[in-house]
Amino acid sequence: MTIAFPEPDESVLARREAIRAKLAEIVHPEALIVSEDERRAYETDGLTAYRQMPLAVVLPSSTEEVSAIMRVCHAEGVKVVARGAGTSLAGGAIPQPDAVVLGVAKMARILAVDFDNRTARVEAGITNLAISAAVSHEGFFYAPDPSSQLACTIAGNIAMNSGGAHCLKYGVTVNNVLGVTMVLVDGTVVELGGQHLDAEGLDLLALVVGSEGQLGIVTEATVRILRAAEGARPALLGFPSAEAAGACVADIIGEGLLPVALEYMDKVAIEITEGFAKAGYPLDVEAMLIAEVEGCDADIDEQLRRIVAIAERHGVTTVRVSASEAESAAIWKGRKAAFGATGRISDYICMDGTIPTGQLPLVLRRIDEIVRREGLRCANVFHAGDGNLHPLILFDINKPGAMEKAERAGEHILKLCVEVGGCLTGEHGVGIEKRDLMTYQFNRADLHQQMRVRAAFDPGWLLNPAKVFPLQGRIAA
Amino acid sequence: MTALLEPASEADACAEVADAIAARAPLDLRGRGTKAGVGRPGQAARTLSSARLSGITLYEPAELVIAARAGTPLAEIEATLASRNQALTFEPPDWRALLGTTDEQTIGGITAGNLSGPRRIAAGAARDSLIGARFVNGRGEAIKSGGRVMKNVTGLDLARLLAGSWGTLGFVTEVTFKVLPRPERTTTLVLHGLDGAAAATAMAKALSSPYEVTGAAHLPAGPHGPSRTCLRLEGFAFSVDYRTGELQRLFRREASEVVDGEIAAALWREVRDVTPLAEPGDAVWRISTVPTRGHGVAEAIARQAPARWFSDWGGGLVWLACPAEGDAGASLVRQALREAGGHATLVRAPHAIRAAVDVFHPQSAPLRLLGERVKGALDPHGLFSPGRMHPGA
Repeated sequence: MTIAFPEPDESVLARREAIRAKLAEIVHPEALIVSEDERRAYETDGLTAYRQMPLAVVLPSSTEEVSAIMRVCHAEGVKVVARGAGTSLAGGAIPQPDAVVLGVAKMARILAVDFDNRTARVEAGITNLAISAAVSHEGFFYAPDPSSQLACTIAGNIAMNSGGAHCLKYGVTVNNVLGVTMVLVDGTVVELGGQHLDAEGLDLLALVVGSEGQLGIVTEATVRILRAAEGARPALLGFPSAEAAGACVADIIGEGLLPVALEYMDKVAIEITEGFAKAGYPLDVEAMLIAEVEGCDADIDEQLRRIVAIAERHGVTTVRVSASEAESAAIWKGRKAAFGATGRISDYICMDGTIPTGQLPLVLRRIDEIVRREGLRCANVFHAGDGNLHPLILFDINKPGAMEKAERAGEHILKLCVEVGGCLTGEHGVGIEKRDLMTYQFNRADLHQQMRVRAAFDPGWLLNPAKVFPLQGRIAA
Repeated sequence: MTALLEPASEADACAEVADAIAARAPLDLRGRGTKAGVGRPGQAARTLSSARLSGITLYEPAELVIAARAGTPLAEIEATLASRNQALTFEPPDWRALLGTTDEQTIGGITAGNLSGPRRIAAGAARDSLIGARFVNGRGEAIKSGGRVMKNVTGLDLARLLAGSWGTLGFVTEVTFKVLPRPERTTTLVLHGLDGAAAATAMAKALSSPYEVTGAAHLPAGPHGPSRTCLRLEGFAFSVDYRTGELQRLFRREASEVVDGEIAAALWREVRDVTPLAEPGDAVWRISTVPTRGHGVAEAIARQAPARWFSDWGGGLVWLACPAEGDAGASLVRQALREAGGHATLVRAPHAIRAAVDVFHPQSAPLRLLGERVKGALDPHGLFSPGRMHPGA
């Protein structure tokens, strides 16, 4: 345990029963969780090394209930940690002993689909994939596709400005949400945006997306839905060196091609994945790219032809161009299983820094040095088109000190990302995981400015307060 | 005549703001002032301009990223990108003819207004491409937010908050944008003679097709001829040719023609730059609403006032001209939007009207309060462009 949590507020702990009783007046009995056994399911999220038992968990069914809960918590000075599906890899939904977890998972309905205006109105607890599922019969989809999309909620996507494999073409959450209903810390309900484009007045919606549950509780959202292209097919390209694969990425983009996805896997990741998924990936290459393009058949053929021609200039040794849905699925099978396959052979922590893509060869070499220095191994799987790295640092949690070594390596990798002009987190969020590294990327004035804007929404630091900003040096206005 | 301050560096800009704090002297913020007439009239005795903060600071074509100081002329950025076959994908408009100004537009001004063109429906507005910014806050501190990479959720996104704040939150000194390849070929399918409702249906049908329509505008019938409903396709030549054929098949029952080359480019420039309503005289509104309701909003206003209009963004952006008298149609515009949803900005009107009516859309009390608190967090002394967006703020 190297990440600290703030000391709980004893006065809140002392009023525990009274606070629970007030919450019990708002929601159905089954929507308020107070027993220790049941609360345990909410003590962590995707960052399972850290656990904190919340004071209570409340699972409201409507914006009105959320508003009433916030009024009570605000009046009682109780902290509130918003939670979607609890898939955060950054600890964004990990609670604290003096906080109420407000889970939106019960609010999971599609409220309206408007194909003519290409929007869907949804409750915030709906899963990412359920939105696409609800509109796919008309050939539409919701574009951001984080790899947890089967489980993660749009509420969590908004909190972390989630991306996915396809954001090179379709953007991230902030580019695909038109409006939200949000409950403020004091229970006030506001509408930001709507079914139209651009903000009226200040663009508070853009600020709320990616704010990690610190500005309010989003209960509903209007999202853009897009008509899918006629088809999409990938090509798998294997290279004898990381440098060659990196240079190929630069040239694909430099020549004006815009694959909808451009994924990178290194040798370690390929070996681990192949041992599990049996996707037929080449084991004799140092690095592999999956480039997927969209359009009609002829369009796809031409784009893939150009991509392969670029890859040949960079000494590609394995080329597999998909000609059918089955072949496409086979190419994607390993990539999609990469994290799961890694989890089967080892404990790991997943980093999420972004770098300028031109720095790719240098950064990959330095990452290798960093993890070796700690006596560990690393598998690299990431979105090459946008420079969003996901080094998986492998370690054995049963070995004393191994996790600390992995965390130390992770910290050095993220520092490196910032040094070369990138950032600490591309799509997972800061959460608690990178909270204490924020000073690498921002100076005191930058952080103070962000905290002042935060305080405009939550002057008492009640909303998800242990996250994003280092615990020391906080300001309220 | 107001005093014009033109710092030559970010540090000088910080010093100017510090002086303004000490003197309690508000500043109107601007680039080269081509859009200074947008908003409620300036109330500050001094103007702080980014005109001398000029120059591209980073351009990496293979990383699809460009950064420039705020006062860099937009034309310089566009020419630099064009030399590598790239472009700002949000299609920044040129409102100079509309607003009767002639100086260079700056990238900072485009950012401050969050302006975008017809490709907004497919590629987002300026804020969607904006990945980082540096600015001077109302404490005189230089602040950075975001960076040079397109996926970044490290801390609160203050850069996007500054986009569209019209100089009321901070003095932008440098901006970084994601760029994209310039389309190799552009064609436009023009449907003739549709009324507003039929055009809205056609545009929705086109935008719901898999053919990646990147512009959908409707120019109603007028003295120049019957109505035109324009659907744009862009991309590689081999792809655009195929999709043009498919789109024609989709609208085979309509009278139509395909235009391309300079004719198509000129058509979209007119839509982008509001050319149909640019001749001096009338007040001009920019209305953002639900796309299928745009023509209804425009027609409801036009039934009660001598209004002319056209629409972009599949019908969701309505440009509407009303006589520049009385409230310039404000009450009619607001009334129409109460039912349809959305917001309207009085982009062009004489000084007296802009001082008297809400130029930006009135907000609900809680949103207004929230906006004021956010303003206070960035500009605690109320120095920057006071009253430009809302009275007293």
